Amino acid sequence: MNTISPYHTWRKVKNHSMSVLSFACAITVIAPLALVLFYLIKAGASSLDWHFFTQLPKPVGELGGGMANAIVGTLMLLALASFIGVPVGVLGGVYLSEYGSERVNWWIRFGADVLNGVPSIVWGIVAYALVVVPMKGFSAYAGGVALGFMMIPLIIRTTEEVLLLVPNGYREGALALGIPRWKIILRIVMKTALKGIVTGVLLAVARIAGETAPLLFTAFGNRFWTHHLKDPIAALPLQIFSYAISPYDDWHRQAWAGALVLILIIFLINIGVRALTRGKFSGATR
Amino acid sequence: MSANITTAQPKKEDKPLTTENNQRSPLAHLASAGRAETPSRSTPVSEVAFEVNNLSCWFGQQQAVYGLNLQIPAKAVTAIIGPSGCGKSTFLRCLNRMHELVRGSRLNGRIRLFGEDVYGPRVDATLVRRRVGMVFQKSNPFPTMSIRENVTVGLRLNGVRQRPVLEERMERALHMAALWDEVKDHLDLPGTSLSGGQQQRLCIARALAVQPEVLLMDEPASALDPIATMKIEELIQELKKDYTIVIVTHNMQQAARCSDYTAFLYLGRLIEYDKTVKIFTNPSNKQTEDYVTGRFG
Repeated sequence: MNTISPYHTWRKVKNHSMSVLSFACAITVIAPLALVLFYLIKAGASSLDWHFFTQLPKPVGELGGGMANAIVGTLMLLALASFIGVPVGVLGGVYLSEYGSERVNWWIRFGADVLNGVPSIVWGIVAYALVVVPMKGFSAYAGGVALGFMMIPLIIRTTEEVLLLVPNGYREGALALGIPRWKIILRIVMKTALKGIVTGVLLAVARIAGETAPLLFTAFGNRFWTHHLKDPIAALPLQIFSYAISPYDDWHRQAWAGALVLILIIFLINIGVRALTRGKFSGATR
Repeated sequence: MSANITTAQPKKEDKPLTTENNQRSPLAHLASAGRAETPSRSTPVSEVAFEVNNLSCWFGQQQAVYGLNLQIPAKAVTAIIGPSGCGKSTFLRCLNRMHELVRGSRLNGRIRLFGEDVYGPRVDATLVRRRVGMVFQKSNPFPTMSIRENVTVGLRLNGVRQRPVLEERMERALHMAALWDEVKDHLDLPGTSLSGGQQQRLCIARALAVQPEVLLMDEPASALDPIATMKIEELIQELKKDYTIVIVTHNMQQAARCSDYTAFLYLGRLIEYDKTVKIFTNPSNKQTEDYVTGRFG
């Protein structure tokens, strides 16, 4: 045999053990997710029936009923929050990537990063002070504002990152054709980065969909249908919370079902939005 | 916008290498020789496309171009040669106001395009770029668009909506870029599905579709194989009948093959500017001779 053989063997051993180790770490990331999903389906699926999606909660002591108002409420709150968070976040990201000066950008980025770290209950207090107090009551608006504000810093940062991934050659190529700058940004740069922007927005939606704390004293929750956005509104996280800490077995089952529905909603929004925004050809970024 | 035309003079620590050549105009040759056989057009044959006076530019504190004076003739190919970092591309990007897009850039001097001041106070850079098209070293077809959309994008985003007009201009531009026969059956495939050489010709077609007067080419063939390069060079010969072409190239043979006039830049200064034949066979300057014969650079 040749002289490099022993070294060769040792190198193979090291190589193999490192790949096993990194595989184990990758599995560790996936495992809790799989467990959560598995347990949710196991505990929640049995309580899911047609009534869960169509009926209001039953009064204490009566069996059955559903969370129709909370499901609709969560969808409305997500829509309200996106109405505030998506335009501000995306345009802010466009500013950072396409316009701003370095000094201004540094401060905006710093601000967004700090805001990303703000505990969600603090957003609830902010919305309470800004909306609930002046309007003299809990409302869907207040919940939407709290969640929308939470989305802004998340979306600003992800939008900026994906716009910066668009090669400068496309901007220059378009400028050399005498196309006005705003059209280049809208029709070429943002279109190229559309998938990435959408991913960022969906991550932000998923992040706020499960928030309970900011809704406690803004949207407040409601056991009935909400007929106007000025009124308190039900939301799945709030309903899950109050059912889960209740002493009734039937409500516990419904809380599991609610959690499962919440995850399904996020899942369906993801699939739906991605299908809608899929371009003819894939852009340069994810 | 970061470009401002200041009257402040650059620091002149060292004299230009050849003052006499700096002032030289190629148009003396133009009038007398060479281009008289071109059929008469509405414009005289010795028309000047770009007149550059005392152009200097900077990136932040770094000066890239020192007091350039030259006149670029219309409907001819002018090559800019010189070693890397000599300011060729920077000079080219001054001609269509792309230089000012670089953060911290600045320039000084005057450029006239058919008599109009390109950097005049009321001049819109976007309109300048519509008249002065540009093709880049790295082909950059837009990845979200089909071949058809890539060619017409300059028109569509400038407000042209009529389908027949777009179709007609697209076909003409693709014909001019010698790409029509290769793509006519799959105009709806993505622009990025073409080969490297085809992508570069697609970019040329895209630039031609907006009907500019001048086409700037920044090393358009440096990333292509010899066959694709040859096609681009043939194309340049074809295009110069209608367009003024300024081409930056690293490839001396390319400059010799396809240009009518050649400017040699070194360290940001214009060393020599003359008819291409003269530059490559009998240059007046020792540095030019050394460079074109491959002794330095």
